[in-house]
Amino acid sequence: MPIDILMPALSPTMEEGTLSKWLKQEGDKVTSGDVIAEIETDKATMEVEAVDEGVIGKLLIAAGTENVKVNTKIAVLLQDGESADAMSAEKPAAPAKADADTSAATSDAAGGKAREASEETPAAAKVPAQPRAEAAADPDIPAGTEMVMTTVREALRDAMAEEMRRDENVFVMGEEVAEYQGAYKITQGLLQEFGPRRVVDTPITEHGFAGVGVGAAMAGLKPIVEFMTFNFAMQAIDQIINSAAKTLYMSGGQMGAPIVFRGPNGAAARVGAQHSQDYATWYSQIPGLKVVMPYTAADAKGLLKAAIRDPNPVVFLENEILYGHQFEVPKLDDFVLPIGKARIHRKGNDVTIVSFGIGMTYATKAVVELEKEGIDVELIDLRTLRPMDLPTVIESVKKTGRLVTVEEGYPQNSIGTEIATRVMQQAFDYLDAPILTIAGKDVPMPYAANLEKLALPNVGEVVQAVKTVCYR
Amino acid sequence: MAPTKTASVSGRKPAAKSAIKSASKASAKEFTGKNTPDFGKDQDLHAYREMLMIRRFEEKAGQLYGMGFIGGFCHLYIGQEAVVVGMQMAQQEGDQVITAYRDHGHMLATGMSARGVMAELTGRKGGYSRGKGGSMHMFSKEKHFYGGHGIVGAQVSLGTGLAFANRYRGNDSVSVAYFGDGAANQGQVYESFNMAALWKLPIVYIVENNRYAMGTSTARATAQSNYSLRGSGFGIPGIQVDGMDVRAVKAAGDEALEHCRSGKGPIILEMLTYRYRGHSMSDPAKYRSKDEVQKMRSEHDPIEQVRLRLIEKGWATEDELKAIDKDIRDVVSDSADFAQADPEPDPSELYTDILL
Repeated sequence: MPIDILMPALSPTMEEGTLSKWLKQEGDKVTSGDVIAEIETDKATMEVEAVDEGVIGKLLIAAGTENVKVNTKIAVLLQDGESADAMSAEKPAAPAKADADTSAATSDAAGGKAREASEETPAAAKVPAQPRAEAAADPDIPAGTEMVMTTVREALRDAMAEEMRRDENVFVMGEEVAEYQGAYKITQGLLQEFGPRRVVDTPITEHGFAGVGVGAAMAGLKPIVEFMTFNFAMQAIDQIINSAAKTLYMSGGQMGAPIVFRGPNGAAARVGAQHSQDYATWYSQIPGLKVVMPYTAADAKGLLKAAIRDPNPVVFLENEILYGHQFEVPKLDDFVLPIGKARIHRKGNDVTIVSFGIGMTYATKAVVELEKEGIDVELIDLRTLRPMDLPTVIESVKKTGRLVTVEEGYPQNSIGTEIATRVMQQAFDYLDAPILTIAGKDVPMPYAANLEKLALPNVGEVVQAVKTVCYR
Repeated sequence: MAPTKTASVSGRKPAAKSAIKSASKASAKEFTGKNTPDFGKDQDLHAYREMLMIRRFEEKAGQLYGMGFIGGFCHLYIGQEAVVVGMQMAQQEGDQVITAYRDHGHMLATGMSARGVMAELTGRKGGYSRGKGGSMHMFSKEKHFYGGHGIVGAQVSLGTGLAFANRYRGNDSVSVAYFGDGAANQGQVYESFNMAALWKLPIVYIVENNRYAMGTSTARATAQSNYSLRGSGFGIPGIQVDGMDVRAVKAAGDEALEHCRSGKGPIILEMLTYRYRGHSMSDPAKYRSKDEVQKMRSEHDPIEQVRLRLIEKGWATEDELKAIDKDIRDVVSDSADFAQADPEPDPSELYTDILL
């Protein structure tokens, strides 16, 4: 059967072009790969190559013709033993084929044409509803369970050690995690217990070892990648987002990356602008990641254990100042908390404060001050930033009618502004006052002690904001 | 001040000299068709089929792109077929393959189905990623193919991670990580070289040097265009290979894989190759001459070389080779028909496979 040669598209947006030159004439023999014509658009000149073998039977469009539509028949290729007669016999069938092509092209949403067609329709396309992730409730702690005062630092170490004992595929890698026992001593003792195969000191090479970690995870291991601080993870953020977070989707569910990226995040004290950024809002924007930012030692332990077991990439944001804080941790063989569930830190009726991570230190102190003034605060610790437990926040706001958010990160596009938007959309009628968001100031972190203090949120700001939304 | 300066310069000199010496030693190794073993009949026929399959598949993909069935980017592998086919002939079951976005050939060579790859190109339900990945993003756990990556150089670190997993598990598998001469200038490639050499990871780094990073020739992009030397600072040996000759590729692959399997750590193979088509479909190819392309095609075509050998040695007749071509065209046409008829993914797929 003679083969139609069609006007090709150079890009999905090309609709027509100029057939500038024929390089083969009727009767010429061609094999696949031979250049038969040149076409031109305002963007580029391109060669049309033959894909099949045969003899050029007919050139249907003259050289120099402008505005030749994509997919127009431009020539006919005859195969072995076919003559021009076969071509003319074929002719009546050709329009039918062209029709089929046209309908295929217009119904073909993969093509550029269909995109334009949908642009003509002002009605919103029917987008399937986003499924809601239901997070399980925290496990019950049996009555009489011993509560042990533990630092966040120890809780994190215990979580890793327990999971490494439980699963041979779990290992930890990063700068100074082994011999040095951790730049902040989070991996203390792990090298001694698990050896250098599973506690791996890396060179100072964040981009590279993040990629190595993701590759190992794709191969089925369960790496814990420690960044000395998340400020350095900016060098590695491509691997975290483009490789770890997106692979499951891009592979149609075939291949994922069960990996934990953890380390201190946000400001410590007096370390200047390059070591003090809070990345909570950056990672929380990315589909395909889970993002955890604990405050208490119990949450740090239970959620890190959950993160290591999770089959998805988890960004686990810690804080250097919190490492030394002590909290009660239940003494249980296997204490695992659900990722994606907020914790009501204190029940109250007058106003809701939502915070997370080190933001909770300002919030808890403000609650004590406000209690003295007779304001009964409900304090929610988000714990997980993605997936975010908005139902718990909405439920609280429906009760109190007032909301203040507290975090250390930059104020624009913060976790607080995200919560404010969603509460406004989902609980507008329940609000008795505008939502106020307390965040770090819109400046790179200064070094001078007085300026640094000004750049961070403070308890007074939180107290003032709560009073403002309570009209007091 | 001055004496110290002199001392440090003269102190450095011997080191620099020895580095150059070891580098030139590394560059001495070259694999071409002339110094590598000939193929037997079965090997030549196998290589011919595999390479022709990639060529015909890519021609069809180019055609479907022109017809608007394939969207976005489409990077064709035409001209480079011997690299991936020769390497695959040297590999053993369990060895992992990872590459960048010029990846259709790698997928077919690992045994992934033409239908599944073509349907992914058209964004259909039956594609390897159910239409959600596209030309640059396909994976097959079964065939040990780890993608299909769109960020230049990222696959080198990821491939090093695959090798890390092999060493961690103590198995016999080797990771084969492909990247182009363009990616060879990315920083994370050297971060990976360092760790792979430090930890003696079983990985073959393959630089597919097709002379152009998009439109920038190697001469305009690199201070060291002998890519087999790029690991010398880390003590990683390198071999330059005639990547247009499948026999040379296979022989170099054999040696490199044996190097890795015997615990000696990483190795670099620089494959001197050439892509006939543009970087992507909308490449006007103004950065190179038509003569250059034509010369490579007529004098170094990887498939034509094997075809001539098969005929000369009497291992196949013209008719038999035509029959092979027809079989391959049938498989490719079938994949193209499937890829056009297969439905698009169901809208409900929008929110699947984000998290497990």
